[in-house]
Amino acid sequence: MFDKNELEKIKQKKEEWEKGTLEKTLSKRGEQRKEFTSISGIPYKRCYTPLEVADLDYNNQLGYPGEYPYTRGVQPTMYRGRYWTMRQYAGFGSAKETNARYRYLLDQGQTGLSVAFHLPTQAGYDSDHPLSMGEVGKVGAAIDSIEDMRVLFDQIPLDKVTTSMTINAPATALLAMYLAVAEEQGVSWDKVGGTIQNDVLKEIICRGQYIYPPKPTMRLTVDLIEFCQKQVPRWNSISISGYHIRESGSTAAQEMAFTIADGIAYAQACVERGMDVDKFAGRLSFFFNCFTNVIEEVAKFRAGRRYWAKVMKERFGAKDPRSMMLRYHVQTGGVTLTAQQPLNNIVRVGLQTFAAALGGCQSLHTNSYDEALCLPTQEAVTVALRTQQIVAEESGATLTIDPLAGCYLIEEMTDKIEAEIDEYIKKIDEIGGTLTAIDQGYIQKEIQNSSYRFQKEIESGDRVYVGINKYTMEEEPPKNLLKVDMALGEIEAEKLKKLRAERDQGAWQKALDHLREVSKTDENVMPAVIEAVKAKATVGEVCDVWRDVFGEYRPKEFI
Amino acid sequence: MAEKKIKIIVAKPGLDGHDRGAKLLSRIFAEAGMEVVYTGLRQTPEMIAETALQEDADVVGLSSLSGVHNYFFPMVVKTLKGKGLDDVLIVGGGIIPKEDIPDLKKAGIAEIFGPGTKTDEIVDFIKKNVRS
Repeated sequence: MFDKNELEKIKQKKEEWEKGTLEKTLSKRGEQRKEFTSISGIPYKRCYTPLEVADLDYNNQLGYPGEYPYTRGVQPTMYRGRYWTMRQYAGFGSAKETNARYRYLLDQGQTGLSVAFHLPTQAGYDSDHPLSMGEVGKVGAAIDSIEDMRVLFDQIPLDKVTTSMTINAPATALLAMYLAVAEEQGVSWDKVGGTIQNDVLKEIICRGQYIYPPKPTMRLTVDLIEFCQKQVPRWNSISISGYHIRESGSTAAQEMAFTIADGIAYAQACVERGMDVDKFAGRLSFFFNCFTNVIEEVAKFRAGRRYWAKVMKERFGAKDPRSMMLRYHVQTGGVTLTAQQPLNNIVRVGLQTFAAALGGCQSLHTNSYDEALCLPTQEAVTVALRTQQIVAEESGATLTIDPLAGCYLIEEMTDKIEAEIDEYIKKIDEIGGTLTAIDQGYIQKEIQNSSYRFQKEIESGDRVYVGINKYTMEEEPPKNLLKVDMALGEIEAEKLKKLRAERDQGAWQKALDHLREVSKTDENVMPAVIEAVKAKATVGEVCDVWRDVFGEYRPKEFI
Repeated sequence: MAEKKIKIIVAKPGLDGHDRGAKLLSRIFAEAGMEVVYTGLRQTPEMIAETALQEDADVVGLSSLSGVHNYFFPMVVKTLKGKGLDDVLIVGGGIIPKEDIPDLKKAGIAEIFGPGTKTDEIVDFIKKNVRS
């Protein structure tokens, strides 16, 4: 970036400063601490200069937005063309209550939907299953059958909004219901746009909503990707997620590294299925976290974009530029929120939103300030959405593309994080690939060690967390927390009873039998799943077929 | 003779997958000299009580971040008592609103630890209140 003479002069001047001005101050008064590190433990130098980026090869390492290696962003105009999609993850109670929240959010200027399913749906159980007791409608909407899905999107035209669905092991069943409802609305599948999480590996690593062993669950994942590639071309058929990896305690670099490792495993599985990389890779999407250290987060996103582009080009031989783009959704850091002095969380989310915008995300969910206490209230959700709108419209972060590029610190940290990602990917390759690394607990243990280190830093007071280990105060217990009616379990159970009694038994049985047969072969299951949900098979019934055919996953615990 | 080690079952009732806290505390308890059994996810009250019985546990620690504590925690107490485990210390933690705590204590949970609690505090509480 600089010529040699210029760098020499800068170096000389730096030495003079260190011996002179700096030394004078340091001799009188030391700095606050010996070492300054980011929340992930990345050391910071006192002051960054062109010397840190002396070797930066602009055209090859940064380039231009919308061009390889996409360090500066995946689109040529970024937010000057269009802001990120403001997409708040929402769902609680019944399909009807959630539908009302969606329509409220759309009225408030939200531009996409994001469905939170309650845990029974995520784990492939119906609302009336014994393991669902107490969970119905708690952390998401209770969706058991096509009838619930119809209510969930009542008066929401599925060709006008895009929908993201956080569903993994049972993803095929829920996508099938969504497509069937779109059809009922008269919307053809090629007009339907959205994203389904469908990332089962991170469920096994850290999120816990697994059902089947790795191999068959990967088969369902790939079936969905393959089906969408042929029939639902605007659908992002997987959202490879680092969000939960970070939430469970990883560092920023580990989040990116393990997500890319999962991405490699999925891409490999698709290639092994016989799919052409340029036919599916453009529909692989990602999902990341964003903490409060703005610089570290921006560097993480830039490093991730550059590394993924190389992986797709060099490892998978992709030719289509779209295949090489790390397109991603961001959610601000849930785990960074405190139950203490909850209004402080608005500031945390504000900074995280700013970082996500400077980092170049494609869509964003901002957490509500009360989420360390309960499910978000409507007031808190509104503040969260407004936070995005303020960053987009007022902060200036969107006026130019990749505004922090060229900042000595940002460029050095981008390189450092990329190097750490590369080390992890090489290590995982040595172990024998992502699935083996998960099976041996390597990834889980790396995350847990970081989580442990962080906890120790907080407890020793070495790392300050406002309201937790510094600036604490006595507080009144919070009021107006959102509560989900415990009676909902019974209401949903009644609905299921009625559905089971009234549906066409012959058609239902035939569809489930067919699904079972198909599942035993190598054939793609999606058409049979669609047929089954149309015949009013429930999520639990579809998932039970596979519990029989594939067995259930029992994880090893690595403490 | 070394003192008998405290035996603690760390359990995740229900379908909640948030296990960062449960795993972290398992490690902290082990470091504090306790014998730890972590059950993993998706435990029913029956499974937790059975583990406590089999392992002759002194303490059961329940973790829930999905809002099901009012249902599950009292159920676990009941199931433990049903198996004659009357003197097992039961503690809980997770995303639990303060207003729920009095009823949980009445139901037999000795203490509830919310987000941001120092782990030392939890270890101390257990050591002070466990059966001798």
